[in-house]
Amino acid sequence: MTLLRHTTADVKERSGLTINPAKTCQPIGAMYAALGVRNCLPHSHGSQGCCAYHRSTLTRHYKEPVMAATSSFTEGSSVFGGQSNLLQAIENIFTIYKPDIIAVHTTCLSETIGDDIPQIIAKAKEEGKIPAGKFVIHVNTPSYVGSHVVGFSGMVKSLVDYFAVATDDKRRTINIIPGWVEPSDMREIRRLTAALGVETIIFPDTSDVLDAPQTGQRQFYPDGGTPVESLRKAGDSLSTIALGLSASGAAARALDAKCKVPCDILELPIGLRATDRFIDALRRAARVHVPEALNRERGRLVDVMSDMHQYFYNKRVALWGDPDQLVALSEFLIDLDMRPVYVVTGTPGREFEARMARVLAGKISEAKVRQGSCADMFLMHQWIKEQPVDLLIGNTYGKYIARDENIPFVRHGFPIMDRVGHSYFPTVGYQGGLRLLEKILDAVLAHKDRESSEESFELVM
Amino acid sequence: MTTDNSRPDPAKTNDLLVEAYPPKLAKKRAGQMVVNRKTPDGVVPEIKANIRTTPGIISQRGCCYAGCKGVVLGPTRDIVNITHGPIGCGFYSWLTRRNQTRPESPEDANFMTYCFSTDMQDENIVFGGEKKLRAAIQEAYDLFHPKAIAVFATCPVGLIGDDIHNVTREMKEKLGINVFAFSCEGYKGVSQSAGHHIANNQLFKHVIGRDDTVGPGKFRVNLLGEYNIGGDAFLLEDLFERCGITLVATFSGNSTIGKFENAHTADLNCVMCHRSINYVADMIEKKFGIPWFKVNFIGAEASAKSLRKIAAYFQDEELAARVEKTIAEELAAVKKVQDEIRPRCEGKTAMLFVGGSRAHHYQELFTEIGMKTIAAGYEFAHRDDYEGRRVLPTIKVDADSRNIEELVVEPDPVKYQPRLTWEELSARGLPHNDYEGMMPEMDEGALVIDDISEHEMERLLELHKPAVFCAGIKEKYGIQKHGIPCKQLHSYDYGGPYAGFQGAVNFYREIDRMVHARVWALMTPPWQTVSKPLLNAEWVRA
Repeated sequence: MTLLRHTTADVKERSGLTINPAKTCQPIGAMYAALGVRNCLPHSHGSQGCCAYHRSTLTRHYKEPVMAATSSFTEGSSVFGGQSNLLQAIENIFTIYKPDIIAVHTTCLSETIGDDIPQIIAKAKEEGKIPAGKFVIHVNTPSYVGSHVVGFSGMVKSLVDYFAVATDDKRRTINIIPGWVEPSDMREIRRLTAALGVETIIFPDTSDVLDAPQTGQRQFYPDGGTPVESLRKAGDSLSTIALGLSASGAAARALDAKCKVPCDILELPIGLRATDRFIDALRRAARVHVPEALNRERGRLVDVMSDMHQYFYNKRVALWGDPDQLVALSEFLIDLDMRPVYVVTGTPGREFEARMARVLAGKISEAKVRQGSCADMFLMHQWIKEQPVDLLIGNTYGKYIARDENIPFVRHGFPIMDRVGHSYFPTVGYQGGLRLLEKILDAVLAHKDRESSEESFELVM
Repeated sequence: MTTDNSRPDPAKTNDLLVEAYPPKLAKKRAGQMVVNRKTPDGVVPEIKANIRTTPGIISQRGCCYAGCKGVVLGPTRDIVNITHGPIGCGFYSWLTRRNQTRPESPEDANFMTYCFSTDMQDENIVFGGEKKLRAAIQEAYDLFHPKAIAVFATCPVGLIGDDIHNVTREMKEKLGINVFAFSCEGYKGVSQSAGHHIANNQLFKHVIGRDDTVGPGKFRVNLLGEYNIGGDAFLLEDLFERCGITLVATFSGNSTIGKFENAHTADLNCVMCHRSINYVADMIEKKFGIPWFKVNFIGAEASAKSLRKIAAYFQDEELAARVEKTIAEELAAVKKVQDEIRPRCEGKTAMLFVGGSRAHHYQELFTEIGMKTIAAGYEFAHRDDYEGRRVLPTIKVDADSRNIEELVVEPDPVKYQPRLTWEELSARGLPHNDYEGMMPEMDEGALVIDDISEHEMERLLELHKPAVFCAGIKEKYGIQKHGIPCKQLHSYDYGGPYAGFQGAVNFYREIDRMVHARVWALMTPPWQTVSKPLLNAEWVRA
């Protein structure tokens, strides 16, 4: 019996129906980004269901409390507008949950009725509903445009719009906008910059928020998150390194436009060469030397790449997820002499195809790359039915394809709801590269062990 | 272990829960929090329920769409359920409720592993989404040739005025299969509950009663409000079969649309989750003459009682004997585990804040291992789920519920066939269309809180330190950060089944595991523990 029994190799062009999407909607991205700000409570301006769904999905991924409030729209608010709901929410939140910041994002509901959030925030201020020293910020996240990545990007840009200022007090700091990565990745990026001796401002930063320790004492706002003070000072930094065009590009450019902080937009430092470029960019921006310890770290990654090359070579891989991850992963896979043959993201945008073309550089002639409307996991599965692959890399939903087709599967991206590890062990940097190799080899070799005949069952691999 | 003596006075607890609130909010919430006190004739205090959650409150609640698409229709495997809206709603309700299903053969349809959405874009919001919806239905038909296609509206659909019912009517005619729609926009009502009602209405209008084939079986029943989370329905199907009871349709665990169409050929409706499905039970009775009563298959005693009720209904000696035989076999095994676990759990306390039935049903299981429920409440229930259906005539319909359609149902001129009169039911010692509610079965002095907030939950945990707290995924890890285990009663923490007798055993073992896990004693590093001379002495001895 198969789990996806209705999927066949017979690909038909679709214009109306998305099946098994490789994206979700904007607001959840805005919520995740806002959780990376210290003492910040995300707020969903819409029906209760949106907030409940986003919190549930993020919680399943992190196995941590994910706090967020909602405007709890009723049919009445949908007719008359959500102003009174948001005003009431702001007052209640500051009284009861006492955050420093409320980060409002909209929903398809409040966008369709056209609520003017800045006007409502101004009114809240006027009515004294925002205590001194506290902030209400916002981002428009219409669910019918873009994807969760766009919502994330929008909220990060809002942090710049609301907080960053250029003063005369210029600093030697480098801003790092890490993109939609895991708390573990943000922690690793901090470790790498510290190893280089670079002083940084990282925003958003969900480490110590969504990987908070168990102590028996709950902290409603955990210790992590970028403080407002740092967001403000980001305007005085020497430069910005943005990781991942889709998730971080908008904020980096906004900071450049607003505070004249020049930016370098790189791919996510997943894999060897993307990490090289990141380290090199840091080195040049901060005018520091790369310490020998990092060279050694790099060397260990290259060592495993060469030692285990035979198990990577020519393996066909299908990937789905978000543009920044897919581009960086594809480059790494090609460096391993693997073949990223199917690459799918529901996040729309032609620049994804251009970025993928740069990475593929004609090396994988059979590669199929799709983005946007109806670029979904159903289509990718159909391609796999046409011509199979040796490895799947993507979020938890891939497990249904993996089981039906008996294909090794490495979980990467969002959401991962059936395994732990992503919050604690990075996939960025050289160490992250090693972890990825370990995961790929575990998957591929376990499959080989399971499938090999008795006489060809290998002890040493 | 928490004992009654160390707990704060329940009457005072309620004040403490709301003391941080602005006065207006505190007053509103006070109406939704009561201390359970029963009058000698069993009347419980009035509680406010099914009212709006105040904006800014961190609530457990979801939306109308979640109640309709996620809860009621989600578990049916052979309908292609298309979410009409932006991508999120379909994505979040994709496989996340753990409704298990078991197609009868490898060829049988099963779409539950799929997510179907129209993925509305801004141009659909501006110019309307009907064209895209029509295309989506056609594409679903061309790809899968399903028996039925259902369409679920999300918030913007209602606002922009897409006529989904017209589109589905047209497509039904064109394709020759059943195509129907649910206007379950997220903003309707005050919680998932509105969605249950809308789902019930449309199932009744478009599905139930279309197939009059009377299948085999002497004692034919439907099970309503059982969603097969973690395989609960599988256990019950097996239990019914062993008793000789024929299950015609389950709404909607492990179900097919064909079973729904045929449901009116059963002779009795047994209602598990009163909140989500009582409307269908009522409407079937009015149209087809099938009476219903409440059953509860959560808890061994409750399961036995429910089976006996069904046997009493049919008044058949052979059935009664088989039911008693099955109960006796099952209870013997259950008792053994109870005896093992009860001494370890006796006197420990539990709190349950979940759903619209589960907070009631699961108290039985705790009682059976000697644990005490000191606080409970529902996420989306109505007053009748707390106080019993006797309060129905006194519930005022407010603006938020008024727009949820109430179907006017008349007896079917051909198919109405009354099974038993109310008098006959009473003569068999059976209630008629009744549910006593949660509060009459709770202890004196227990706290009952409707639509609990994150803040109130935090305060409750600090004040009462229960041994276990039952809630959902959003609450789980915040609760556990207090060092208190949280059992999810929506998803069962990916375990279960917990229904019936074997399910009860699974639950006892699960709670025993949770409250006795060694990890709860390992939170503090040794160097942060205040050292006492005794500790030193022990160390030396070691």
